[in-house]
Amino acid sequence: MPSHTFKLNGETVTVDVEDDVRILWVLRDVLGVTGPKYGCGINVCKACTSHINGKAFNPCAVPVAAIGPDDEITTIEGLADTTPGDDLHPMQEAWLEYDVAQCGYCQPGQIMAAVALVDRVRAENRAITEDDLDSIRNVCRCGTYPRIREAIRAGAQGM
Amino acid sequence: MANDHTTDLTTGLTARGTPPGGRLSRRSFVGYVMGGTGLVVAADLALGAAPAQAAGLPIPSVPQIPEIYDLNDFLTHCTMPTSGLIAIHIDEQGDAHFALPRMEVGQGITTSTAMIIAEELDLPVDRVHVTLAPARKELLWNQLTGGSNTTISTYTPIRVAAAVARKALLDAAAIQLGALVTTLTVKGGVILDQLGNSLSYGDAAALAAPPTTQKVRVDLKTAGEHTIVGTPQRRVDARDAVTGRKQFAMDLDIPGALPTMVCRAPDLNGTAKEILNQAAVEAMPGVTHVAIIPTGVAVRAKTFGQCIDAVRALDVVWNSGTVAGKSSADILKELRAAQLPLAVPALGATTVEGEFVFHFRSGSALEPNCAVADVRDGSATIWGGLKSPIDVQSKVAKALGVAQDKVTVNVVQGGGSFGRKLFSDAAIEAARASKAFGAPVKLMWHRADEPRQGRVHPMAVSRIRATVLLGSVATFEQRHTSVSTDFTHGLGERLTAEVAALPPGLANLGFSESIFTLTQELPYNFGVVTQLLNESDRDFERFNTSSVRNIYSPDVRTANELIVDQLAAKLKLDPLEFRLRYLRSGLVKRVLKRAAELGQWGKAMQPGTAQGIAIHKEYKGATAVIVEIDCRPETVSRKVRDAVTGPRVTKATVVVDCGLAINPLGVQAQMMGGFSDGMAQALTYSNHLVDGRFLEASWDNSAYTRQWTTPFEFHCEVMDSDSEEPGGIGEAGVAASMAAVACAYARATGTMPTEFPINFHAPLHFEPKPFVPSVPESPTNGLDYVS
Repeated sequence: MPSHTFKLNGETVTVDVEDDVRILWVLRDVLGVTGPKYGCGINVCKACTSHINGKAFNPCAVPVAAIGPDDEITTIEGLADTTPGDDLHPMQEAWLEYDVAQCGYCQPGQIMAAVALVDRVRAENRAITEDDLDSIRNVCRCGTYPRIREAIRAGAQGM
Repeated sequence: MANDHTTDLTTGLTARGTPPGGRLSRRSFVGYVMGGTGLVVAADLALGAAPAQAAGLPIPSVPQIPEIYDLNDFLTHCTMPTSGLIAIHIDEQGDAHFALPRMEVGQGITTSTAMIIAEELDLPVDRVHVTLAPARKELLWNQLTGGSNTTISTYTPIRVAAAVARKALLDAAAIQLGALVTTLTVKGGVILDQLGNSLSYGDAAALAAPPTTQKVRVDLKTAGEHTIVGTPQRRVDARDAVTGRKQFAMDLDIPGALPTMVCRAPDLNGTAKEILNQAAVEAMPGVTHVAIIPTGVAVRAKTFGQCIDAVRALDVVWNSGTVAGKSSADILKELRAAQLPLAVPALGATTVEGEFVFHFRSGSALEPNCAVADVRDGSATIWGGLKSPIDVQSKVAKALGVAQDKVTVNVVQGGGSFGRKLFSDAAIEAARASKAFGAPVKLMWHRADEPRQGRVHPMAVSRIRATVLLGSVATFEQRHTSVSTDFTHGLGERLTAEVAALPPGLANLGFSESIFTLTQELPYNFGVVTQLLNESDRDFERFNTSSVRNIYSPDVRTANELIVDQLAAKLKLDPLEFRLRYLRSGLVKRVLKRAAELGQWGKAMQPGTAQGIAIHKEYKGATAVIVEIDCRPETVSRKVRDAVTGPRVTKATVVVDCGLAINPLGVQAQMMGGFSDGMAQALTYSNHLVDGRFLEASWDNSAYTRQWTTPFEFHCEVMDSDSEEPGGIGEAGVAASMAAVACAYARATGTMPTEFPINFHAPLHFEPKPFVPSVPESPTNGLDYVS
């Protein structure tokens, strides 16, 4: 059984699993990290959105063999630790402030996508536009979209 | 949160000036302090349920039964004969614990229930811990989460139990502190006497448990005394949701329960005849078991990824499905042939009529159908997001051939429901697979299975004919013809068992006709009104349908409101003015007037854009919705990869009177969600049936609301209600939203839409995925999309 090593939420982990198993299942079924959710398995619904080396990606569409020991994966469980102090990440705080979640199933992915969007827009030295918000592909079947938009704008202020 | 979109958390409800309280006289109820160690109090779950009484009431000649006795009265009636007690436990810290015999799927009932208990107990909300009760067979009909009935039916009994707890704690503290109980006050779970001595609830709880059960009488707070109920509260599970700690069924760590998926037939409801390569698939990496079950071929593996690989590798001989060869157009033909006749003939210029087609749409949530099952030694344990757990218990028992009390059903919070989780499809599959494998399973549907084989909102045709005579609407007839809606999740069985409770004239109707008649109310003075449902066959053997969020109402109301706009035009009245003139419900008029104000009805709009307005009355409340839609070519033709764009609703205003709003912030959330549903069903969201199979197999195929179709502005106001009892909120936002979007589209384009969603006949925006294998391969190029 092949062995794979990568960094997960600040710690180095090694798993014994076949090369082609997608990272989502390595996280959920092998490592028991269940924040990233399954919603489609084909990189469409974005419920599993996490970060690789600080940028958004969808672990349902990446085989574990495609990453190496220097790659750092952050899931929703590790997001708060990417900012100083013991508090939640400002985007998580904004989600609480605006009471965004209903069932909550998509929200880990929504938050991870939102953080990456704000980082990307900031790197381009500009403010978030309606078009930026329109570009988010994460599905929320409870239909919390307007609150997501508000929370992203508020969360960006704190980032 | 001082912004346009949500209630201000510090000032609470937008009000009409009068506080909601002070009108109710105190009512006293009996509850119990349970004997034994630890403080446990209880109340009868049937308490205070006071539905309208059907028997003996005159039924108006027009079939407006819901005005007198509606589905919620029936659901509440069903809770009454249940002798089951609900109990609140006060622990050593003074925190309250309650196992709610209902299911949380995002609608916010754990939060509102915690608020109700906190209110009556004078405890902070975060010290009330609400969990979901497992299936309790003794509750009979009283453990079904549906019809937006949870708070309507549980508001009183839960308050009584909490009030009993408070009384027991105060009685114990009075003895301990040597004070008269009437001089004690409570603040944040601490009992204070007038001398400044105090005793915490935790300490009092240790003293409060009597050796034997005692019956006690308590008064409930009046609405005017409320300090928590009626104020905006954030969800109690929000922190768990945003940190990834909130657990759904597939997140549970049940020993030995390995991932399991089902390879399904290409045809809708096709079945497996024979596996041609079982040994080869069993030898694949990670795979532990392969077996035929009634709904396909189940595979169990170390990871879900390996289940997907195994499902794709299976070579199966399939039997054909239940609608082999049929397409949407064939079903439409069947529905038209089954339409009941209209009574009033078409009378030339005095007649306004229309026929509206509503296509199938998937009822699936984002969390796919899933359940964990451990079947062994003639018994079974199930874990899942299940809204009708007693029904699950019975159906799993039947599937396994064991007694019902050998099946334990644990209820887990669900990742959305929309009616879907009333059914136990995944739990039954999981039980069958676990039995076949002799091993525990964690069974989950692939996304592709959901729109293709999952439950759908039934396709329907609604025909309306109205007659205008002497400047007034004299008749309004509606014939709604639908593929059967499956109500065999416990609710239908209730109708049979409780038939005597139904108003005269309903007793001989089928499940569907009864539900239709109990929910559909046309709140206009239109002279002779008839609204009839016809479901040609009980054909849920052919289609997998469910009572999708708001059941018949979105379609019925959309058809109604489009014709209402036509009638207004015929009488040369503005749509708002017409509605205000013809509405007979003061409740509806009030929300409509407020929506018109907030939504700036009648403001100047650019060509190609328009406002739309619609109302709905159900769940002991009313909603009014005003939208602005942009149908200009440059908007309609905007491009988003792998997506439908089309007209864009740019602004939406929802006003709701839902009776006593326990948590206005939660009510606003439900209206937002209901709006997202209603808009998608009007514009983009459907299933295409072609050759006996639904084409959609992905969230990029099923065009539910996404960010690029979401309104830029969404505003919801929860009106202060004249009612002191809570209404239902989980479904209340859908119907008027769908209707308002349809009406706006008609006004913007000058063409009344007659088929929904409006883009149903547009060229498909996707290439349908193959049907064999039944699920798509997971991509490997995810790193190309890192952003």
